[in-house]
Amino acid sequence: MRGTGGRDVLITLVVAALLIWIMPTMIATYTLTVLVIYGMLGLSLGLIWGFGGILCFGQAAFFGLGAYTYAIAAINIGESTVPMILAVLVPALFAAILGAIMFYGRLMDVYLGVITLVVTLILFKFVNTTAGPQYVIGKARIGGYNGIPGFQTLNVPGDPGAYIWGDPFYYVCAVALVIVFLLVTWLLRSSFGRIAVGIRENEVRMALLGYDVAARKTVLFTIGAAIAGLSGALFANWSEIVTPSLFSLSQSAEIIIWCIVGGLGTRLGPILGAAGLAYLKFMLGQQSMIDNTLITGLILVLFVLFLPRGLVPAVATLWGRIVVGTRRRTQPRTMRRTRHG
Amino acid sequence: MAETVLETHGLTMRFGGVTASDNVNFKLKARELRCLIGPNGAGKSTFFKCVTGLLTPSEGHVYMRGQDVTGWQPHQIASLGVGIKTQTPNVMDALSVHENIWLAARRFNDRAEASARADDIIDRLALGPIARTDLGQLAHGERQRVELGLVAVADPWLVLLDEPAAGMSADDVARMTQIIHDMTRTAAVVIVEHDMQFIRSVAETVTVFHQGAVLMEDHVDKVMSDATVRAVYLGKKA
Amino acid sequence: MDLSFVILVEVLYAVASLVLISAGLAVVFGMMKVINLAHGEFMMMGGYATITAANLGINVFVAMLVIAPLVVGLIGLVVERLVIRHLYGRLVDTMLATWGLSLMFIGLATMIFGNTTTGISTPITGFTVGDYQINGYNFFIIVVSVVLVLCMLAVLKGTRAGLIARGTMQRSDMAAALGYSPDRIYMATFFCGSALSGLAGAVLAPLVGLVPTSGGAYIAKAFITVIAGGPSLIAGLVSSATSFGLVSQIFTFTISPVIGEVVLLVAAVIVLRLMPQGITGRFFRGKL
Repeated sequence: MRGTGGRDVLITLVVAALLIWIMPTMIATYTLTVLVIYGMLGLSLGLIWGFGGILCFGQAAFFGLGAYTYAIAAINIGESTVPMILAVLVPALFAAILGAIMFYGRLMDVYLGVITLVVTLILFKFVNTTAGPQYVIGKARIGGYNGIPGFQTLNVPGDPGAYIWGDPFYYVCAVALVIVFLLVTWLLRSSFGRIAVGIRENEVRMALLGYDVAARKTVLFTIGAAIAGLSGALFANWSEIVTPSLFSLSQSAEIIIWCIVGGLGTRLGPILGAAGLAYLKFMLGQQSMIDNTLITGLILVLFVLFLPRGLVPAVATLWGRIVVGTRRRTQPRTMRRTRHG
Repeated sequence: MAETVLETHGLTMRFGGVTASDNVNFKLKARELRCLIGPNGAGKSTFFKCVTGLLTPSEGHVYMRGQDVTGWQPHQIASLGVGIKTQTPNVMDALSVHENIWLAARRFNDRAEASARADDIIDRLALGPIARTDLGQLAHGERQRVELGLVAVADPWLVLLDEPAAGMSADDVARMTQIIHDMTRTAAVVIVEHDMQFIRSVAETVTVFHQGAVLMEDHVDKVMSDATVRAVYLGKKA
Repeated sequence: MDLSFVILVEVLYAVASLVLISAGLAVVFGMMKVINLAHGEFMMMGGYATITAANLGINVFVAMLVIAPLVVGLIGLVVERLVIRHLYGRLVDTMLATWGLSLMFIGLATMIFGNTTTGISTPITGFTVGDYQINGYNFFIIVVSVVLVLCMLAVLKGTRAGLIARGTMQRSDMAAALGYSPDRIYMATFFCGSALSGLAGAVLAPLVGLVPTSGGAYIAKAFITVIAGGPSLIAGLVSSATSFGLVSQIFTFTISPVIGEVVLLVAAVIVLRLMPQGITGRFFRGKL
């Protein structure tokens, strides 16, 4: 186990380094940066939904909170290091409280969906109303539907004048994604991760084995929110403005679509789903024949109907059949979404 | 005098107007093997759920090793060192036999120790050939056996089994009986069961439930020959 | 005196519009345990159907009360046949698929009607009570929802179809065992639910500027009203609409409309946390 772990890390690093190096020759780094950021956001939901079985309709709330926290803190502090840390901590804290309320209430799937969706809407509506000058946190005006522009963007820690933007910012984001990916891998291989998968499979059984299901789900939910918060902060740096649309339902819908298209129960699926679909959207945005939203919706419907497991597991199965063929191998494990009768 | 490991005082559970469990006083000593029998709807399963924390009783108390555990969550009760198997096979379907048992062992042991214990139980239950197979692909009897493995691997001092022999073949039942007897070397065992054959082969003392209350409690042979018991339960079965 | 009358009308209006917004979703959820996240877009399409018909010279009330429900009902029928029926019993998948449908409808509406605000004027003029101006159209909405609830009661209690529907709500397997094809029941239910959504969208259209994304404003409210209402169709709908309408209006008057909306959502979260089975899961058990 330990041996293969080390080899996997090495393979991940080599492949990631190659990709980080090659991709800019095909796609402009400005676009690539946001694809990487979305990949991280996709991974955050892929972790809690695919491995923890927690269906969150409001992952955008944590993304938006991360972005806003960064923007507000950056205006007040004028240097980016502390704001980056806060942008991870604030959504995590928020998720810990929300998660504890939901999981200790032992709410089932659908209600979890309702509550996370409603909480996202509350944030969206609330932030939209804060246009007036009385809504201020420190030196930062929240700005309502206008959002917050003009905050200090990422700088070399300790040197507010040394901005990290353009290509270097792309490398920072890519490396951050690789680190998060490795951390998630490590988490899933740890006892905590394996117990989380056990809870996904059978909550009652795990409780009867003596595991505190509510506490563990809350922790996993919090970790997912922390990752979403980090991606939100990076997004704020990329777009250089934060607006309430970060909290919107369509943003939440997109994250869910990434996970379904890429494949739940895999680590790569949500990342590839996010980057792939965001790139598709970018390409489609350059034509005006067919509406973008229409295609996004169509993709979601088609996947739910015809390929509910997503692309990565399907390709892996196919690969297993064609290449490995006679050498019998265990199929990649993916989750089936919980079904209620 | 052996220590009392499980005790209930006036345990009562009502659902709306129905009293499913009515003032049950129950006592179990360390390493004792006890079967709970009774016709359908006699309140066996309700009693079982109240004891395991799946239900909170309307009235009365549950004590384990003298500690009042009334109203505790299932995971808290399990954490005391109580092994529980519910009526329907309740396992992690998408995970392998080894992974399932490892999860049960990991609760009370570190990673490596859990793995060693899982291997050990897999050997003892003759699950070796299917250790890497997902539970979803196993036959009913095998799943029941794996679930007993989940219970046994944690070294409980109290084991609560709801219908462990349901739907099993004769071979499986014989093996199950052996496993349960092995358990009584270290643990007190409560079995809720319908199958009289099975009860005769494992039990000594039997508690008979009828209409939510305890009808009688005695040695298995005496219970079997008791006229009232035959009337409420065996008469219908035989 | 005048003020209290105005406030009473406003509260009734708030409750009535919640009932109207949620009725279609409640029928579909109550009967089929399907959560239709495209519900808001069904309402949006009801609005567009009304405006298009009115622009073609059809009487506005005919457009609202007849054409819009029919058009949206038919769209619902197509959706049910093509998508929903493949997903029965898979609650989460249905939610996801209907979310996809909702995005598709937004996209379609944008392509057809453009991303601009359209609207029609309210066909009923206002009047004054003392110093206060009252919107006459609000009365129309109150009347429509009262009639709607009465009709639903009458159909469920008094007709054969209603009896089958009630049976299906309780035990769909038993209804099937008695020889009623669940397939056809579900088809009819989805048609009715969609038509109700279309009606709601049509009736509310004169009050809002319509854009393709208008549905988003309704879905959350409808969603929580239905879920918080719980298993009983009509009792749940009326009780949760009343509670939420009252709470949100109190805050709308004392603070601001937006705070009213936010409080409504917060109240929903609290209700669900305290009563996971919904209001009628705890009270009014066994009512319709």
